[in-house]
Amino acid sequence: MTTDTQEPLLSVRGLTLDIPMASGVLHAVRGIDFDLHRGETLCIVGESGSGKSLTSLAIMGLLDKNIRRSATRMDFNGIELTTASNRQKRALRGDRIAMIFQEPMTSLNPAYTIGDQLIEALRLHRKVSRAVARARAVELLEKVGITAAASRLGQYPHQLSGGLRQRVVIAMALMCEPELIIADEPTTALDVTIQAQILSLLVELTREMNVAMILITHDLGVVARVADNVGVMYAGELVETGPAANVFGKPMHPYTRGLLRCIPQPGKTQRGEPLGTIPGIVPSLVGDITGCAFRTRCPHAADACHAAIPEQGVPPHEFRCIHADGARALEGEPA
Amino acid sequence: MAIQNTIDPLLEELTGPTPRQILRKRVTGHTGLLFGVGVVLLLIVVAILAPVLAPHDPYAQSLANRMVKPVFMGGTWEHPLGTDHLGRDYLSRLIYGARVSLLIGAVAALISGVIGTAMGVAAGYFGGKVDAVVTFMINVRLAMPVVLVALAVVAILGGSLQVVIGVLGLLLWDRFAVVMRASTLQVRNREYVAAAQAIGASTTRVVLSEIMPNIVNNLIVIVTLEMAHAILLEAALSFLGLGVQPPTPSWGLMVSEGKNMMLFEPWLVLIPGVVLFVLVLAINLMGDGLRDVTAPDNRS
Amino acid sequence: MLPFILKRLGLAFLVALTVSFISFSLLFLSGDPAAALAGETASGEDIEAIRRVYGFDRPMLVQYFEWLFKALRGDFGESYYFKLPVSTLIGDRLSVTMTLGVCGTTFALLTAVPLGVVAAIRPNSIIDRIALFISVAGQAMPSFWFGLILIVVFGIKLGWLPPSGASTWRHFIMPTIVLGYYAMPAIMRLTRAGMLEVLNSDYIRTARAKGAGEGRVLFKHALRNAIIPVVSLAAVQMGFMLGGSIVVESVFALHGAGYLAWESIARNDLPTVQALILIFSMFYIIFTFLADVLNAWLDPRMRSS
Repeated sequence: MTTDTQEPLLSVRGLTLDIPMASGVLHAVRGIDFDLHRGETLCIVGESGSGKSLTSLAIMGLLDKNIRRSATRMDFNGIELTTASNRQKRALRGDRIAMIFQEPMTSLNPAYTIGDQLIEALRLHRKVSRAVARARAVELLEKVGITAAASRLGQYPHQLSGGLRQRVVIAMALMCEPELIIADEPTTALDVTIQAQILSLLVELTREMNVAMILITHDLGVVARVADNVGVMYAGELVETGPAANVFGKPMHPYTRGLLRCIPQPGKTQRGEPLGTIPGIVPSLVGDITGCAFRTRCPHAADACHAAIPEQGVPPHEFRCIHADGARALEGEPA
Repeated sequence: MAIQNTIDPLLEELTGPTPRQILRKRVTGHTGLLFGVGVVLLLIVVAILAPVLAPHDPYAQSLANRMVKPVFMGGTWEHPLGTDHLGRDYLSRLIYGARVSLLIGAVAALISGVIGTAMGVAAGYFGGKVDAVVTFMINVRLAMPVVLVALAVVAILGGSLQVVIGVLGLLLWDRFAVVMRASTLQVRNREYVAAAQAIGASTTRVVLSEIMPNIVNNLIVIVTLEMAHAILLEAALSFLGLGVQPPTPSWGLMVSEGKNMMLFEPWLVLIPGVVLFVLVLAINLMGDGLRDVTAPDNRS
Repeated sequence: MLPFILKRLGLAFLVALTVSFISFSLLFLSGDPAAALAGETASGEDIEAIRRVYGFDRPMLVQYFEWLFKALRGDFGESYYFKLPVSTLIGDRLSVTMTLGVCGTTFALLTAVPLGVVAAIRPNSIIDRIALFISVAGQAMPSFWFGLILIVVFGIKLGWLPPSGASTWRHFIMPTIVLGYYAMPAIMRLTRAGMLEVLNSDYIRTARAKGAGEGRVLFKHALRNAIIPVVSLAAVQMGFMLGGSIVVESVFALHGAGYLAWESIARNDLPTVQALILIFSMFYIIFTFLADVLNAWLDPRMRSS
C-alpha cells in the first residue's frame, strides 16, 4: 500500500448532484469530500441508490444532461474538472482516467472486433500506427490473462464469455496507461468463481502499474480484499471514510456497523444467531433535507439529529454523527 | 422539513388513482388522439347525415349548369363549391363521397381483420405446421403487388363498390396476421395461459378469454391503420379508373375527373385530396394515439 | 451463413412458385377467358375458335405449367394488344421503372435517415416534432394527389420542372419525390427508434468513456448498429415501390412497366398482365432476399451463428 504524503491525485470537495424531476428535485449526492492518492485504491461502498455510481460518472463527466452538478473542487492532477472544457475532459477520458462498467455483456460494441475497439482506445489519444496499437493490444490482452491473444483480436464480443469480456474491458482501460481507473461494480454481473479472478487481476495490475483506483461496490467482501481506503455512502452522503483497517476494525458510524453485522464475520458472528438487518428503508431524497439521513433507521436517533451533523473523528478516519464516539458506547462496543 | 419515509407501495395502490382514471388522464392529454377521434366522428356524422346536409342530389346532372364556379370564385351559394363537368353539385358529391370512403374503409378493414386475426392467432397459438403454413401464406401475399393485383381483379370482375370492398378485404389481411401472430406469441407463454390450459379449458375458451383480451389493443391499432390504408387504396384505384365507377361519388374519382381541368380550376383536384388527407391523417393519429395510450412504454 | 442463405433461397423459390400460380389463375377469374377475349359481340363459334387457338380448352394445370416453363425461358407469350412478344414490351419499359425505384429509395434514405438521427439526438425537441409530423402527414397523403399538386405547382405555375415525359433526368425529379416520400416515414421512424435504443446502450457509454467525440460516437458506434434493420427495410420498400410505380407513372406519363401494367389491364391484355405480376413479385422476392442476407451480414452476431 503506497499512500503518498504528496498532493492527492484526485481531490473532491462538496460534490453535489441534483436531478430535477416532476415531483421536485432529487438530491442524489449531497456534498461529498474525498481525496485519492497515486496508486491508492479507494472503495466506495453503499446500497443501491446511495449515489455511488453517479459520483463516478460525475468525475468522468459522463452524467446525463439533465443532472445538475456542482462542486467546490474537483481537482485531478492539477486540472480543475468543474471548469474544464469539453475538449479537455475528452482528452482525459480514456487516457488519464479510465472507467470500467458493471455489465461486460453489453459494454462492448457488438459490431466491431475487440481488436478494433482496443486499438481505438489507444489511437483516440496517441498518434501511433495501427501496427503499434495492435502490438500494445496483444500485450495488454496477455497481461489480463487472455491466452492466444493475437487471434482474439479478430473476434467479436459475442464470441467471448462474460469473464473474458470483462478482461477485455480492463485491458481496454489500460491501453493508455491511465493514472486513475474507476471501476463501477466490475464483478457484480459475473459468476462467483470468476469474480475472485477479476478482482485479483485488478489488484495486481493496479499495484504493478501504480494506478489509483476507485472501486464502487455494494459488496463488503470485495472491499475487504481490495481497499486501501473506504468510503461508506448512504443516501447521497459519505457517512464514514478512512483506511480500510480502521473502518473495519473500529466502525464509528452506526450505519457502517449495521452493514458489517449483515455479513458473517469470523470471530464476531455467533453460530445459530440470526444475521443483522437494518430496519426501515432509504428515505426519499426529493425536496429539502436537513439533518442526518440515517436517523429514520438509527437505533440511537435523537432530536439533535434533525439539525446539522458535525464531522467527527480524527483524520484520516472521519465520520458524521452527533455522538463523538458514533454511539459505540451505547451499543456496547469497545471504545 | 422532516424526511418522510417512502410511501408504502401497497398504500399507494389503494389510495392512488385507479387504472381507469390513469387511462382517462392519458386520453385527455393526448392531442393527437383527440384530434383524430374528433375528425373521424365528425366525418361519420357527415356521412350519416348526408341526405340532410347535402344541398342537392349528388347524381343530378344538369348540362346547363356545367362548370359553375364555386362561391369564392364568383359563384353563388346555390352551389357553394360549384358544379362539375356534368353539372352535378360539387359539395353534395363531396359529402356523399365521405360515405363511400368510410364504408369501404370500415368494411374492408373488418373483412381483412377477421381473416388476418384468425390466421395470426392460429399461427401464434398452435405454432408448428400451422405457423409455417400461415407464415408462408403471408410471404406469398407480401410478394404480390397489391395495386396491380387489385387493378387486375377489378378489371376482370367489373368495378363496383362491392367488388372493391371484397378485393381490398381479401388483400389487406397481411399486417393483421403478422401483428396478431407476434402478439399471440408474446402472450401465449404467460402463466395465465398455462394456468387456463392446466384446468382443462378448451382451446376456444383459452383463446377467447385469455389471449384475445391481451392482444385486443394491438388489434384496434391495426384496424385503424388498415382502414386508412384501404381508403387510400380505393382512392388510388378509383383515380386510375378501376375502382368505384362513375357516377358514384368517390373522392379519388373526383380527383381523376378534375384532373383535366386542374390548370384552370385547381380546386377540383385540391378539395377532394385535402379531405382524403384529413380523413386518413385523423385515422392515423387515432391509431397512433390509441397505441400510445394503451401501451405508453412502447412509444418509439 | 451458407445454410442460412440456402434455406432463405429455397423459401423464396417456393413463394415465387406460388405467386406465379396465383398470378396465372387470375386469368380464369372471369370464368371463360376465351369469352372475355372475344368480346361481347362474338358468336359462339368465334369463342370456340379463340379457345382452340389460345389453347384454353386444355386443363388449367397443363396451361399453367406450359406458361411457367416458357416464362422461365423468358417467353411470356404475345401481347393481345400490341402483337409483340411480351418480354420485348416489358424489357423496353423496365429500365424506366427500375431507375425510378432506385432513385425513390435513395431519396427516401437520404432524407429519412439524417432526419431520424437528428430526431433521436434531440428527442421531443422541435426537430423531433417536425420529423414526426412529416412522418404522420406523409403517410396520409394520397400519392396521386401529391403528384398532381407537384405538377401544377412546379411544372406549370413555376415552370421549373417538366410536367411529364421521361427524356431527361429532370423528368425524374418529381416522380422520384412522389414515389420516395411514402417510404420516408417508415425509414425515419425506424432510424429514430433504433438510434434512441442504441444511444442508451452500455457500449455507447463505453465509447464516451474512452474519450471518443460525439461525432464518432454517433456515426461510428451508434449508427453502425442502428442502421441494420433500416437497410433491410429500405430493400423491402424498394420492392413495394415497384407496385407503387403504377400510380406514379400514370400521373407523370412515364412509360415504364407500371404504366404498361395499367394500360394492359385496361385493355384486357392478359399475357402482359400475368407477366408483369410475376415480374414485380420476383423483384420483391429478390429484394427481400437480398435484404435478409444484407441484414445477416451487417450483424456480426448473425454471421457466425
